[in-house]
Amino acid sequence: MKTFDYQRAESVETAVKAASEPGSVFYAGGTNLLDLMKAGVRQPDRLIDITRIEGLDRIETGKDGSLRIGAMVRNSDMARHPTLLAEYPAVAEALLAGASAQLRNAATVGGNLMQQTRCSYFYDRHSACNLREMGQGCDALDGENGKHAVLGWTKTCIAVHPSDFCVPLAALGAEVEVTGPDGHRRLTIDDLYTLPGEGQAPGTALRDGDLITALILPSGGKRFAARARYMKLRDRTSYAFAIVSAAAMLQIGDGRIKDARLALGGVAAKPWRATKAEAVLNGAEASEASYRKAADAALADAAPSGDNAHKIELAKRILIRALKSAAAGTPPKMPALPGSVFAAGKEAR
Amino acid sequence: MALRISLKINGKMHELALEDARPTLLDVLRERIGLTGTKKGCDRGQCGACTVLVDGRRVNSCLSLAVSLEGADITTVEGLADGETLHPVQAAFIENDGFQCGYCTPGQIMSAVGFISERDGHATAEEIREGMSGNLCRCGAYAGIQDAVMDAQLRMSNEGKS
Amino acid sequence: MTDKPMVAAHHVRLGSNAGQPMTRRDGLAKVTGTATYAADNRPDGLLHAVYVEAGIARGRVNALEIEAALKHPGVVHVMTPDNTPALSQNPDEKTTPFTARIDVLQHDKVRYAGQPVAVVIAETLEAAQEGARLVTADYEVEPARIGFDNGEAFEPQAVGMSTPPVFSKGDLGSARSEAAHSVSAEMETPLQYHNAMETHAVVAEWDGDRLTVDMPNQAIGLAKPGIAAYFGIPAENVTLRSPYLGGGFGSKAVLFGPQMLGILAAREMKRPVKLALRRDQMFGPVQHRSATRQTVRYDLGRDYKFKAMEHQADVSTSSFDDWLDGAANASLSVYAVEAMKASHRGFRFDTGTPGAMRAPGIATGSAVVETAVDMAAEKAGMDPLEYRLLNYADKDPSNGKPYSAKALRECYEEGARAFGWKDRPLKPGLMRDSDGLLTGWGMGTSIFHAPFFPAKARALLRKDGSARAETSGADMGQGAWTALWQMAADGLGVAADDLDFDIGHSDLPDGSIAGGSAHTASAGGALFAAGNDVIRQLAEIATQDKESPLFGAGNERLVGDGGRLFKASDPNVGERYTDILQRAGIDEIEGKGRGNRDKASTETYAMFSHGAVFAEVKVDPDLYQIRVSRLVGAFAAGRIINPRLAKSQLTGGMIWGVSFALHEEGIHDKRTGRPVNNDFAGYHIPVLADVPHVEALLVDEEDPHVNDLGVKGVGEIGITGTVGAIANAVWHATGLRTARYPIKIEDLLERSIARKT
Repeated sequence: MKTFDYQRAESVETAVKAASEPGSVFYAGGTNLLDLMKAGVRQPDRLIDITRIEGLDRIETGKDGSLRIGAMVRNSDMARHPTLLAEYPAVAEALLAGASAQLRNAATVGGNLMQQTRCSYFYDRHSACNLREMGQGCDALDGENGKHAVLGWTKTCIAVHPSDFCVPLAALGAEVEVTGPDGHRRLTIDDLYTLPGEGQAPGTALRDGDLITALILPSGGKRFAARARYMKLRDRTSYAFAIVSAAAMLQIGDGRIKDARLALGGVAAKPWRATKAEAVLNGAEASEASYRKAADAALADAAPSGDNAHKIELAKRILIRALKSAAAGTPPKMPALPGSVFAAGKEAR
Repeated sequence: MALRISLKINGKMHELALEDARPTLLDVLRERIGLTGTKKGCDRGQCGACTVLVDGRRVNSCLSLAVSLEGADITTVEGLADGETLHPVQAAFIENDGFQCGYCTPGQIMSAVGFISERDGHATAEEIREGMSGNLCRCGAYAGIQDAVMDAQLRMSNEGKS
Repeated sequence: MTDKPMVAAHHVRLGSNAGQPMTRRDGLAKVTGTATYAADNRPDGLLHAVYVEAGIARGRVNALEIEAALKHPGVVHVMTPDNTPALSQNPDEKTTPFTARIDVLQHDKVRYAGQPVAVVIAETLEAAQEGARLVTADYEVEPARIGFDNGEAFEPQAVGMSTPPVFSKGDLGSARSEAAHSVSAEMETPLQYHNAMETHAVVAEWDGDRLTVDMPNQAIGLAKPGIAAYFGIPAENVTLRSPYLGGGFGSKAVLFGPQMLGILAAREMKRPVKLALRRDQMFGPVQHRSATRQTVRYDLGRDYKFKAMEHQADVSTSSFDDWLDGAANASLSVYAVEAMKASHRGFRFDTGTPGAMRAPGIATGSAVVETAVDMAAEKAGMDPLEYRLLNYADKDPSNGKPYSAKALRECYEEGARAFGWKDRPLKPGLMRDSDGLLTGWGMGTSIFHAPFFPAKARALLRKDGSARAETSGADMGQGAWTALWQMAADGLGVAADDLDFDIGHSDLPDGSIAGGSAHTASAGGALFAAGNDVIRQLAEIATQDKESPLFGAGNERLVGDGGRLFKASDPNVGERYTDILQRAGIDEIEGKGRGNRDKASTETYAMFSHGAVFAEVKVDPDLYQIRVSRLVGAFAAGRIINPRLAKSQLTGGMIWGVSFALHEEGIHDKRTGRPVNNDFAGYHIPVLADVPHVEALLVDEEDPHVNDLGVKGVGEIGITGTVGAIANAVWHATGLRTARYPIKIEDLLERSIARKT
């Protein structure tokens, strides 16, 4: 990797100030950043180490009942936190369905939110990639693209967002706290990520120097705690990125769906909140027929970006599976294979 | 940007002069300190061969900047045994033939030590399988690895009781 | 030298070490991190080298821009074709069947993506890595040829090491004309990359024209003269150390360009140099398994017995070398059939050259053969096991030779019993588990050759009773440090703990190749014979010594065991080795040995290990994710030296079968030829969660003909049969078969939708 200056930040303010200089990047868990730097995809001039900043590693319940998770909380600590497990179980399940135990021990909440696509053309310096440098073109477009986007893509970029964790966050309408050169602000997960446009690469709404300091899980999300699942289809039982995944959260009464939250992973450049599908479900009978309608609605705008039409059908099916699993109830104990389709249980199949 | 750092590894302080901040913990261990028990399998956090404990938690040393770990307590496979007495996980790996070529083994063992310490109570076989899935073994020694981790947690709880 | 023919195997009595499930002798070193792999060496003054790989698959390097690399702090030199001296032997010359054409900066042609085009040498690893990244190349690009639709077809001269590409026996046409039924399996298998956990590496240090190399190597006896030839020095000037290999699987039996570049860099810089491949660099110059496109057709009689078999394989190789996986020969010796034909066609891809990869030929071919056999069983309406027994071969159908030993019936029986096969419903799609997952059971027959290589060994017995045994052999994980040690101790008649044992070094007698599942028999046979040679000399001394209780017993069979020589007929009559030597005033006895296989046996018998693998899969009924929930294999491989390690070899092979069936696939971009999944996140091999239950049973088998000791190999057979067993289990669960390996979710989905409409 390229040489860089290394600077330890003692506070959010000094971190943001240091990072306002062009070429600066925050260093936290390092699990995605060092990977990208080794590949030469990212070549920062300066790393601002934020691992020593006090207070960023706390999990606290806010006055409004929301759960505030500091950006430096490690993925494994968050997944094990009793409040998260009790109130937002699908988030815990998604965290544990991602990466490996070693990576989760190092990776932070902020870093997970900021991770980059695993599109192999993005990583390959000999390939054209608009995400790496706008204007190069996209070699994935006519290349090996069986795992690429089926929603929200343009010919500029067909990469998918790789995070599991962000999928239930999108469903919950979670927010991030950001401190930047211009002060503090809050963004929803949906607003944090930007889709590709024509001549516009996907990315985030963050600007130079912006630091995510915390993730806020809204108190309203707790009402789904009894029926919340994350389901991830993959071609290895563990330690593999999703082919497609889905988070489903339901409130059911008298056999009818009172409220539903849905999001898909592995289908677009951002975690994909399926609001149309939610609308189909609200007030509908809690039945497989309703879930099918919802899945059709969620993928109504989908189109293959290459040799990946199967992902549209699989996305529908994983969504139905997540809905049936959620309807069957959050398991009393985290499954041994979190997020695995093998952990769905008979009633969800 | 040359810098001096000190790292605590297996209870011992190591003072190091780095030309710049680039070296990962893995490369510092292997190329600068000579603790070559920790292995490089992929250098990208995709295989687990480089697993070490940082403050008691298993992490991929290939994706950790050494400079960021000043003040941390780092344990490598060389620091696991108590003199001539093997750590129960090491003994269980030998007894259950939890390795063949041995290259992924230091990472498997450090990962198993981390895995057992992360938990209250015994893990089920399925929990072991999931919990150890961050460590690839190309020889396919997985049957022995699973048995070794199962055996090790028994050994450790028995030791704890005695 | 004990070149005298020894008695047949069942008469050779191994001592108290062989047969014991001893834990690994190298276990302590491996669990404490003190086992030294090549890249663990750090001689003083070490420089680091990282090579720059070609970004195109075919063409020419017009220009290399190296200034930025040279300016990078720590970089001391950049080797390019312009400044790299010629090797003493053209690296495109094939001097032995084990020589690969390699790329060592001797020309500006690019023949595959990932080919070394420059080497950056620096004081630190970090500087060398960044220096390599800073080198840019300007290419003249020619279109890449990847895949059977683009690759150039040719008629090969040979497949595998040196097997004829076409084989036929009997009259295929007339056998077909008498057939009542026919099945045909058409499947593709992808490029697979060995990907040992330890990447290929070298640490090279020159002292004048003497060279010391730390390099993982499966064939030290070949590597030593091979390196010497490239560098124009006498073979005795090369010291090669390879005490531990972090896996090999075939890809460390041959010398490759990158390692020669490391040695060259050390000579240029007059300092020791370390060069270790990055993981992504493992997808180019260090071999892979050929991609194949195969058709296996069986024609069946009215009784559904096989009448004719035809196995055709299209097989990939590179544009500049000829190694081809012999997939179509996998069908020749496994089932009884009247007439057969196997043929291969080569296809040139712009990739690196393939080579032997764990169970070459047989793994690839049996994956399709076992599918075809199950299709035939389905046609016959018979249970797959019953059907295989119907077509059981009592003689090798390809040549009519009897098998030296074949306990396959027992493997079927014991494997089926342990698995619970008898409860299997005949029709697919009928089993669901308590979680509602589709459940399927499938099986496959395992087979692998039992070759034998001429290996040498030396043994030593000293006056104080201490003993030593040595051969250059290699432990790449299969357990040579242990199994060979046990055999050496038995040859000398001492306890393993009393033996000083050494392998993995070029100064030792040539232990031949650790490969082909032949090492234990070959190197172990040599070690045993060397020990026997010591005992023979010792017996001569004792029987001529009037003070010995064995005096005059020259015509009797004497046995050495536990450090004592005694009469086979009366173990009480004898004495300790130390007494014999001390009385004779002899400091030490040196014995030499070669393993032996009777030439007449080779001509008379067909020699194979056999096995049966039973697989249970769980398949999600909507999403088609697959998990192999249970694998049980039963194997007969002659005499087993160490059951604990043999089982590990076999289960490891079976897990390779899981990997072949469900995971591994080297994908290259069809436009550029560059690998697109050249890392462990993209090139999947199984993790522990993929293999919940894998069990290998050892079936007793006495093989009196295969070699003196009756030992066959277990390193490769586990993968054969397993791949097909899994595909057959997936069919049994779902009623679906796919046209390619690995079996993919999207392929099952597509077929299930096609079935419904």
